[in-house]
Amino acid sequence: MLERRQYTHLDWGLFAAVCTLCLFGLAMIYSTTWNAVAGQVGPQFARQLWALALGLIALMVCLRIDYRVLSNHVALIWCGLVGLLVLTFFVGSEQGGARRWIDLGLVNLQPSEFARMVVALMLATLYAGTQRRRSSVDWLIGVAVAAPLLLLIAIQPDLGTAVALLPVCVAIMVFAGLRLKLLVVLGLIGLLLSPVAWVYALEDYQRTRIASFVDPERDPRGAGYQQIQARITVGSGGLTGKGFLQGTQNRYNFLPVAHSDFVFSVLAEEQGFRGVLIVLALYLFVIMRSLDAARLAKDRTGQLLVVGITAGFAFQVIYNLTMSAGLAPVKGLTLPLMSHGGSSLIATLMGFGLVLNVGMRRFAAS
Amino acid sequence: MGSRASAGRDRSRILLRLFRVGVALAFGVVALSFWSFQVGQYGRFAAMAENNHQRVLDLRALRGAVVDRDGRVLVENRYSLDVRLIREEVADLDRTLVRLAAATGTDLHALRDAVERNDDVPVHRPLTVIRDATHAQVAAVEARAFDLPSVIIERNPARYYPGRTLASHLFGYVGEVTDNQLHAIDDERVKVGSLIGQSGVEQAYNWLLMGQDGARRVAVNSVGRELATLDELPPAGGQPLQLTIDFDVQKAAEDGLAQAGFDGAAVALDPRSGAVLALASLPAYDPNDFVRGIDGPTWAMLNADARKPLQNRALQGRYAPGSTFKLVVAAAALQEGVATPDFSVNCRGGGRFHGRFFRCHARHGVVAMDEALEKSCNTYFYTLGQRTGIDAIHRWATALGLGRPTGIDLPHEVTGIVPSRAWKRTQRGEPWYPGETISVAIGQGAVSVTPLSLAVMMATVANGGNRVVPHLHKATRTADGWVAAGRPRPEAIGLGPDTAATLRRGLWMAVNGAGTARRARIEGRDVIGKTGTAQVISLAGLAAASASGGTGHLRDHGWFVFAAPRDAPRIAGVVFAEHAGHGYLAAPIAKRMMETYFAKESGRQPAAEADG
Repeated sequence: MLERRQYTHLDWGLFAAVCTLCLFGLAMIYSTTWNAVAGQVGPQFARQLWALALGLIALMVCLRIDYRVLSNHVALIWCGLVGLLVLTFFVGSEQGGARRWIDLGLVNLQPSEFARMVVALMLATLYAGTQRRRSSVDWLIGVAVAAPLLLLIAIQPDLGTAVALLPVCVAIMVFAGLRLKLLVVLGLIGLLLSPVAWVYALEDYQRTRIASFVDPERDPRGAGYQQIQARITVGSGGLTGKGFLQGTQNRYNFLPVAHSDFVFSVLAEEQGFRGVLIVLALYLFVIMRSLDAARLAKDRTGQLLVVGITAGFAFQVIYNLTMSAGLAPVKGLTLPLMSHGGSSLIATLMGFGLVLNVGMRRFAAS
Repeated sequence: MGSRASAGRDRSRILLRLFRVGVALAFGVVALSFWSFQVGQYGRFAAMAENNHQRVLDLRALRGAVVDRDGRVLVENRYSLDVRLIREEVADLDRTLVRLAAATGTDLHALRDAVERNDDVPVHRPLTVIRDATHAQVAAVEARAFDLPSVIIERNPARYYPGRTLASHLFGYVGEVTDNQLHAIDDERVKVGSLIGQSGVEQAYNWLLMGQDGARRVAVNSVGRELATLDELPPAGGQPLQLTIDFDVQKAAEDGLAQAGFDGAAVALDPRSGAVLALASLPAYDPNDFVRGIDGPTWAMLNADARKPLQNRALQGRYAPGSTFKLVVAAAALQEGVATPDFSVNCRGGGRFHGRFFRCHARHGVVAMDEALEKSCNTYFYTLGQRTGIDAIHRWATALGLGRPTGIDLPHEVTGIVPSRAWKRTQRGEPWYPGETISVAIGQGAVSVTPLSLAVMMATVANGGNRVVPHLHKATRTADGWVAAGRPRPEAIGLGPDTAATLRRGLWMAVNGAGTARRARIEGRDVIGKTGTAQVISLAGLAAASASGGTGHLRDHGWFVFAAPRDAPRIAGVVFAEHAGHGYLAAPIAKRMMETYFAKESGRQPAAEADG
């Protein structure tokens, strides 16, 4: 159990950076949901505030329980999540043609947001064993463990969140010994199969999104609209920004879902390149310090767990930042810690709870 | 075992380093992209953001009001609600037009037409698709604001002519500037979409009446809703204009013609200055129809109408002057010394000139000049014309204001024809035949005049030989109050006092004696005047036409030129009654105008605006 002296090993710098990003996120949600006419902020702000409080409690809980205990019960946790995802499929509330949320009355729970953490824990446990050369059977088992979650999320449909599971799996498997050569081969096969996927696996709206990314001007009122508006929003911020609540692209609603997908674009508009650099530095710091935890981890499980969680986090951050500048197709991938979304915030904070957990217990007895 | 473990640790260390390098590189690329957008291309994106949320709306300036000589409002402004479309923001233009047509109950073709006509206007500029919408239409558009995000309602000043058809040709109308006008008019206030005067006073004094449009920059959100005014350049109204027109005399002229059932024209001038008191042309049109942007069918109807309602007959119609031209012949003969006032002719119902018999309408016996004018004896003027010769007649007709532009401050004036030997040689390539002079002497043949020029002739005779320039502009209101407009000076034409006296005596007898114009007589006002009947077709032709059907359009035109009082005339003018048959039928209309004028002059209300 938690010993008092372990707190001296807690990475307070990482914790502070994570909390700072959450506060920046709150500020941007305030700005993006501020209604100048009514003179009040949208309900999303209060919800995010509650989620932050819950998330910090969840972080504490994840910190208190030794990650090795969690690792021992990972099969149960995995089953629980699959159960929730299946449940979502039947009782989930439908929004925008997708069933992603379970309505709990006060809050909407989005189980898929917790998948990354569960997959990381599962694979970390799986590959924590001896360092003998792994056979393809090991990799197939890994795939078999991750695939049900990925598919259950993909059919919601929520392709973005499903795809975001891949970096977690790949990172852990590579660290567990998967040869990079093999990975390259798999990547090439995937590339060759992509035309087939284009025709059979993608929905129409996904195809238009990708097509409009390639050439946003082709349909500036339709699918390319968000990309063009994202670039205008970012570019017009300039070096110093238009000031808090002063972004015209934000205030006059030229960017849809600014408080979730495009919260960073609005930050770029209102705080300028200076603000962008500060937030980029914070995210980079968070990722690098998390990788320190991986480097210093006492055991294999801890290292793989941190690598998986950090890989998932880094992938989503980089993808969202690219999208915020209108340089990637709009994918519904939010910016972890800053975008509006309770489940996402809580899951991300729980993930950092685990990272801090591993880092803190680097000297603990087995 | 140990070496394998340490090999695994090395591999992990390398991978972690790779991970860090990869993440750092990705962040570097992201930072560079943001730098490129936010610093490198800042200007371009800042401008795009501004275009996104800012709209410039025109603020139409009020045109100056127009008042009559007593300050009575003739033309003013009201507000119209215009439905406008911002094409830039419309994804499917035709679907929007279909929805708009359905919502407002307007003709879809008219809407498409309004859009196509303005194809070359930049798409971010709002286009007016329904001008002067009804309140029901505005409510319908506002209720469907969600379906019609790029359709806006604008409140704009619109011209209002309270008298409807009254003096419509005089006022003219306003309309959107055409492409040709845009190039031709050298006025920086005139831009695409500007409303400018298209005829009449509205056109002639557009430079005064037109104001300077302002602009308002507003912030709009992504669906085009206006949220705030950023800044505003207020419009500056045009200058109010006072005309020399007398509303009551104008109305008397139009009512007189209308109640007699005549199309035609009537002009009244102040013979001392040339100020126009009334200038009427019937049939008229309603310039309010043009405010909405006249629709195709109405425009086609106005143009195709055989009665030509768009033509200002007073200055655009050319007609034979008939017997009114006898004044000119008399003046020429007296001035050229061909005849004295005592010169007499024995009328036996006509006479033989150049081998052909020319008829008179009666046997007048021996008449001198005044009596010949009184009774309008053709034989007398055949004789006088023959003696005077066409070139002297031409000279004096021109001096009296015929066959030349009057110089009135209205656009599109046409010029009548007063023939001469030189004219016939250059125009027809033929010599002048002496027999033609005989026809011209009674105002037939090649001679034609506009009613306005005949009014100038009458004013010049009445005032004793100063040719006036008719004008409408009395004053302009500036910041310092009303400022009188410059008046064109009358020009002395060298008419001898005896000549003027003889003419006036003859014209007085025509109204007050046994003459043709007794219907214009006003007790105590010493009205002078002369009727004229202008043949539209020869008698033989008329007989042929009457055999084949209606002859209404071939009936003779009636003229009456008048002035009063004889010794100090303050009103002079002309009434032209199209196809009236006889000139004396035009005289009562002139009488009504003069009575109105004198009633106002003596401080009484003009006769009740009779409608019977």
